[in-house]
Amino acid sequence: MIGMEVHAQLSTRSKMFCGCTTDYIGAPPNSTVCEVCLGMPGVLPVANARAVEQVVRTALALECEISRHTKFDRKNYFYPDLPKGYQISQYDMPMARSGRLSLGDREIRITRVHLEEDTGRLLHAGDALETASESLVDLNRSGMPLMEIVSEPDLRSAEEARDYAVELRGILRAVGASEADMEKGQLRAEANVSVRPRGSQELGVKTELKNINSFRALYRAVAYEIERQVRELEGGGRVVQETRGWSESEQRTFSQRSKEFAQDYRYFPEPDLPPLELRPDWVAQLRASLPELPGELRGRLAEQYALSKFDVEQLSQESATARLFEQTVAAGAPPKQAANWIIGNAPTLDAQRLAELIGLVVAGTINREQGVRVLEEAQASGRAPGEVVREQGLAQVSDEAQLGLVVEQVIAENPRAAADFRSGKQQALGALLARVKEATGGSANMRLAAQLLRHRLIQ
Amino acid sequence: MKRRELSAVELLEDCLGVIEREEPRIHAFVRLSEELARAQAEEADRRFSGDGQVGPLTGIPVAIKDVLCVENVETTAGSQILRGFRPPYESTAVARLRAQGAVFLGMTNCDEFAMGSSTENSGYFPTRNPHDPSRVPGGSSGGSAAAVAAGEAVFGLGTDTGGSIRQPAALCGVVGMKPTYGRVSRYGLIAFASSLDQIGPFTRMVGDAALVLQAIAGWDRRDATSVDRPVDMLSSLERGVEGLRLGLPREYFEAEGMEPGVRAAVERAVLTLERAGAELVDVRLPHTDYGLAAYYIIAPAEASSNLARFDGVRYGARAESAGNLLETYLQTRRGGFGPEVRRRIMLGTYALSAGYYDAYYLKAQKVRTLIAQDFERAFESCDAIVSATSPVVAFPIGAKVADPLAMYVCDVLTLGGNLAALPGVSIPCGTSEGLPVGLQVLAPQWADGMALRVARAYEAASNGS
Repeated sequence: MIGMEVHAQLSTRSKMFCGCTTDYIGAPPNSTVCEVCLGMPGVLPVANARAVEQVVRTALALECEISRHTKFDRKNYFYPDLPKGYQISQYDMPMARSGRLSLGDREIRITRVHLEEDTGRLLHAGDALETASESLVDLNRSGMPLMEIVSEPDLRSAEEARDYAVELRGILRAVGASEADMEKGQLRAEANVSVRPRGSQELGVKTELKNINSFRALYRAVAYEIERQVRELEGGGRVVQETRGWSESEQRTFSQRSKEFAQDYRYFPEPDLPPLELRPDWVAQLRASLPELPGELRGRLAEQYALSKFDVEQLSQESATARLFEQTVAAGAPPKQAANWIIGNAPTLDAQRLAELIGLVVAGTINREQGVRVLEEAQASGRAPGEVVREQGLAQVSDEAQLGLVVEQVIAENPRAAADFRSGKQQALGALLARVKEATGGSANMRLAAQLLRHRLIQ
Repeated sequence: MKRRELSAVELLEDCLGVIEREEPRIHAFVRLSEELARAQAEEADRRFSGDGQVGPLTGIPVAIKDVLCVENVETTAGSQILRGFRPPYESTAVARLRAQGAVFLGMTNCDEFAMGSSTENSGYFPTRNPHDPSRVPGGSSGGSAAAVAAGEAVFGLGTDTGGSIRQPAALCGVVGMKPTYGRVSRYGLIAFASSLDQIGPFTRMVGDAALVLQAIAGWDRRDATSVDRPVDMLSSLERGVEGLRLGLPREYFEAEGMEPGVRAAVERAVLTLERAGAELVDVRLPHTDYGLAAYYIIAPAEASSNLARFDGVRYGARAESAGNLLETYLQTRRGGFGPEVRRRIMLGTYALSAGYYDAYYLKAQKVRTLIAQDFERAFESCDAIVSATSPVVAFPIGAKVADPLAMYVCDVLTLGGNLAALPGVSIPCGTSEGLPVGLQVLAPQWADGMALRVARAYEAASNGS
């Protein structure tokens, strides 16, 4: 049983409760800060309206119920990366609840979506705070708007856990709520994993997996943890409720801290921020302005263009890819051809030129391999594919008389292969075709060449 | 000053002269900002000679409670833990005074983090009452109250969480006002209890309090709890009490520990108001008895969280001998906070703990709602409520130090105004045992002008001015 807690940094210009820029990656330590996100005495937070909007948009995309009344709470604990000694978060009145996310025909229930602020970062001269000789605090990240999305324990495998996170990333990007790049820490996934005997209705003791920095790590950490827990239980041991980190170098999870004595965060309503009312008319406006979501896009691609499941999956992973596909088709390329070219070659041409290239191949002006070369040349030089073909004389040889001479010559020079074919060995045709291709420097129209070969050999 | 009969520099020098004479006796200031004050006074005089805008507070010397951040001036909330802390930003209220051209004399003493009713909990030294230096000035804003009472400053700024402006105003014989919660931005006010704290003025006359409030009040984009409402403290000030109904809550007149001399002085003041044309009505505030308990749960709970940032990591004092993080926290906070602050952090931490939250914090919030409803109902039959500000006059230094509960009872008549977010003024109304007594005027939310109007009417009727 796997439940996910995903944190996503929101795409806003300023931080959650102050005017500092959110563009902190690569900035010198403690440079994108002010008295508010440093937690100086006497300062006050003011909520970022855009962040609230992003949370509601995401929650709507996850089919959540949006809370009409919501508020911020303080989560109190001491840690050097938490300048105020409390994190402004949401406790008992999150902005949204009871949503769902579809994974194929499986439906994963979303428990809640809430808004909070990010903490700073610590840099230890050593492995960990407790043992380091010195620790440095960088508060550039402090106060970044952070959305937490919590699922029910509805996921059943490492694959599903990964697929859930990938799908969530697609939704976050589609609604524009987050750039959701895991490697940049904009998307952080924590998995709560427990196992139980087949048929059992009770949840087992869970562990919480952290330090997961990629989808692959998520998959491996969950897979490892499931195996570890099963091994533990089958060996007569027990699973301890704890936080476990994922070690990328050792490819295993390790115990970080025991959760058997849960920390008391002494939540209480944040007195510095009045409660929020999310008015239904405003929520309705946001709902109406939602873009096409990944699930909807997939359904439409499959139906409208009669594409295979594989093609749909590949094209819908990035919205830019899907857009290129649709524009290429609109510019005249057959859908299947457009899909193949986009998936196989990740072209950087615009849709108009890509459609032109595909048109050249479909019309037989150039063959597929020439097409790839034209694509590369067009991308490198910025010239139109048709121009490249003309300038480099790449048009394939489709002239029957010209190609007929080559075929005659190849048959003459390869009497053995010709004889083999005549005696019934169909494979011999391949060898002869290869010679034709060689002789024409790859520019032969291969379909025509095969026709001519058969014709001459059977005569 | 507009007539150039007195310059800002001369007025400042007058104040500095009084400070030099009085400070060894009363210790109102924790630190002076003479250099800044001189520069501001000179700047004010330039404004008066036609070089810039002149407002009612231009060139006027002010004493600022040590909890209000003044840019680049050491601000410590009366605590050792913030010793040496110079904020690189300014509280909005102070910034508004600066913009008007007020002259900053320095930071005044207070109970550490505004926790106390006598200024004895200061992390530096106790302040003494100018009327009798063997007695306390009240608190927590005792330094600002004493500075104004002694003539060291023309006006002062304080903060009021449970009575911390009104009670020291009463004990020092000056005017003190706590505005409606949300009226004055709390930005840059080092928080004690965020849902209760308000900034307000100390002055000798009611009209001056109105001018100061007019200057500092109004919405601030940096405080989400400040409210965007028109600020008009002045236009109704002189209208008198003719035709107004003034509520007398029995619970406040019969409060525990009410000194007979205080009650007598307040009853005389009430008669003065009646003679001035007010109608007196009896009102009830039935949940008064629960107010103190609710207050001493809510305020410490918020304080326990607000004071978590003083951890020695980023600013202020840090225990350098600590061997690890936990020791850094423990030693910094043990060494930096005084006993009353530690007591309230412990009380508040306990009240918010899992398993106790419902019984304490949540229950206290319900009581708070009931108290606010008491006032709402009372204001259906009156325009303002009058009572004593403090049940007692200034007490001897040390008298209540050993008994925190006796100290807490000092707030019994004022903290209801904080719990219900009401504006309240304390104005001197005679003496008891030779010491000043304060009359408290409470008005409905946002009727700050009404509280000032009633106070001004009493002032006029009693002084004949």
